[in-house]
Amino acid sequence: MSVIAAEARVEAAPAPARSPKKRWTRFILPTYSFAFILYLCFPIFVIILFSFNDTQTGFGTAPRVKTTWVGFTTVWYRGLFDIPDLTVALKHSLLIAFTASLTAAALGALLGLALARYRYRGKGATDFVIFLGLSSPEVVLGAALASFFVSLGLTRGLGTLYVSHVMFSIPFVAVTVRARASGLDRSLENAAMDLGAGPIVTFFKITLPLIFPGVLAGWLLAFALSMDDFVISQFVQGPATMFPTWVFGATKVGIPPHVFVFATLIFLTGVVLAIVMLLVSRRRTV
Amino acid sequence: MIAMGSVALQEGSALEGYRLTWHIANFSDAISQYWVYFVRSLRNGALVTIVGLLLAYPIAYWIAFYGGRFKSLFLFLLLLPFFISFVIRTVSWSFILADSGIVFGTLKDIGLLPERFRVLGTTFAVVAGITYNLLPFTILPLYVSLERIDRSLVEAAKDLYASKTEAFRKVVLPLSMPGVFAAILLTFIPATGDYVNAYVLGGPGTAMIGNQIQLEFLRAREYPTAAALAFILMAIMLVGAILYARVLGTEEVTT
Repeated sequence: MSVIAAEARVEAAPAPARSPKKRWTRFILPTYSFAFILYLCFPIFVIILFSFNDTQTGFGTAPRVKTTWVGFTTVWYRGLFDIPDLTVALKHSLLIAFTASLTAAALGALLGLALARYRYRGKGATDFVIFLGLSSPEVVLGAALASFFVSLGLTRGLGTLYVSHVMFSIPFVAVTVRARASGLDRSLENAAMDLGAGPIVTFFKITLPLIFPGVLAGWLLAFALSMDDFVISQFVQGPATMFPTWVFGATKVGIPPHVFVFATLIFLTGVVLAIVMLLVSRRRTV
Repeated sequence: MIAMGSVALQEGSALEGYRLTWHIANFSDAISQYWVYFVRSLRNGALVTIVGLLLAYPIAYWIAFYGGRFKSLFLFLLLLPFFISFVIRTVSWSFILADSGIVFGTLKDIGLLPERFRVLGTTFAVVAGITYNLLPFTILPLYVSLERIDRSLVEAAKDLYASKTEAFRKVVLPLSMPGVFAAILLTFIPATGDYVNAYVLGGPGTAMIGNQIQLEFLRAREYPTAAALAFILMAIMLVGAILYARVLGTEEVTT
């Protein structure tokens, strides 16, 4: 990172250079920016560092994360699945994130396409509902969904979690896909139809491949949102727990170090995936 | 079309849940009992938005104007922390800010801070936590609008004998206003509704309206009260957002 920093500073230097008297001021912004990035990443360093913290407590009590550094250990990495509840919660999170994001991607893609393409009655209303879904505070969405399930008499659990996650992800996918679809050339579809393809064949051979990057981006976004969601899950989960809600429940009692280990691993997976995506997209555009 | 129908149904019927609890008394009770929390939430939301903007603008500006070919790398670094669930990030802050934690513990050991000094449990910790968690929503709109500004306009201003500060104040700042407006909207709404930071980082006397909704709903099982509170919060936000959009023109808010 320091190499990058140095290079960037060289990059930045010539542009604002004015009189030599004012020279020192040009270091303010870059310095601020790096301090800022450090500040943003600081909690992550702490999490990674403390996932190696040796916090053995007395007999009988489960290990808890401590605010002070004791010693280096990898014992938490070896006993990754030692806490059954946490493992179950993580499984729930992955399951819901996977299924809900796929459903949301399919439904949201169709919605985004419809919004970009057609004018129909109720389009304004749909726009408004999407805006509402994106802009209302999560507590409100959570409480609304929960009261909805309560008034229907549904027991809350994985099913309601799935429905809720699909619901709050759809607007995000729809917006992403709409952005992609509104820039599309309709003559391609018309050409396919002229050449004798039916509407279904046209959709799968022409439209879908063209909007696919948008759908993929929307799907990844939905997956990330679903994995990260805490507020809505807490309202609709009932007896089932998700990874973030389990952690939240444990905050006042004390968090086992395994949480930090999982956080570190999820973080690294995300980073690796992001880098791979970046490289793939770069290769495609070059 | 099916998708559209399903969304409309889901959200529409979520609202119907309220209609079942449509006793006006719930609303007046909710307001008289909880207005402290509403005021506190709105104040915290406003603080978070202002602090977030002040923190985010310089870095968005720097990356947009001087980032060069490292722009995407810097953006990636900025978004890096947000790969970790925000509950865990908040917990991590509660660690850092703990009374005997790695920062204040050390400072106290050296004797730079009095023994009774604390941050955790104060409004400062809550506001700082929310600001931190929402920074991407503040930075990205700012960055996008700053990135879009035509550099030649700034140079034209300088050619016309504007000083650097004047060029910034009269050209860059007005042109970046759409980003500022979007950032305000994207930061203020979730900041006001947040309750995780107030729970993890706050103490007695820092609870926000979200905490009350969550308590009423999940702990006390007072569904009507919780629904009324949530409805009022949404109404405030909606009226605010609509007024805001009116003043600025809808295009700037929705795009």
